[in-house]
Amino acid sequence: MKLLYFAWLKTQIGKSEEVVQPPASVATVADLLDWLPQQGPAYKVIAERRATIRVAINQDFARPDQAVAPGDEVALFPPVTGG
Amino acid sequence: MSVSVQREDFDPGAELAALTAGRSDVGGVCLFVGLVRDSASDADVTAMTLEHYPGMTERMLEKIEAEACRRWPLQGCRIVHRYGRLEAGERIVLVATASPHRAAAFESSRFLIDWLKTRAPFWKVEHGRDGEDRWVEAKAEDDAVAAQWER
Repeated sequence: MKLLYFAWLKTQIGKSEEVVQPPASVATVADLLDWLPQQGPAYKVIAERRATIRVAINQDFARPDQAVAPGDEVALFPPVTGG
Repeated sequence: MSVSVQREDFDPGAELAALTAGRSDVGGVCLFVGLVRDSASDADVTAMTLEHYPGMTERMLEKIEAEACRRWPLQGCRIVHRYGRLEAGERIVLVATASPHRAAAFESSRFLIDWLKTRAPFWKVEHGRDGEDRWVEAKAEDDAVAAQWER
């Protein structure tokens, strides 16, 4: 699974993308957001700002209960501020 | 009907001309240009950098444009959004719609900018006069305005 980070998530986690292999128990967006903070101190921000974080799966906005699969591109980012 | 996501500036006059080129059935064009303000938040802002999600950005802008065309009788529709570092006073975004009647042109252009602000994956970091960088936070009022178009 390819993960992308944007805006302050990118600066806090310290990278813009990475490939991860979560266990099979990580089935949804919410599961992924639970699992990531356990992967090291850099990911603590995901737990701390959980309610603020938005997720896209394969470049479409995703809900917390939406399924994630090994081949997916999953992006984590703050609410958008364009325009 | 087209979207552009680009680093370079755009020419509003040329965009306007392109929307109506070769046709005489357009009743009106509504064109909105967003600029970098020098006091976007508390501290003075000298510039900002816009980051975006290549691929998803174009996809979302195309969806927003398609939704506008579904809701209003548009003869033309255009979105240009810049990314990268922009100085105060520079143009950031252009939305424009052409229609036989002004109401559709006004409403649809407003719809485009309102939805774009809450759905297109761009993030602004402001560069303050004090040397600090600050990520711009999303505004609840932008969500409220965008929600008015939900149906």
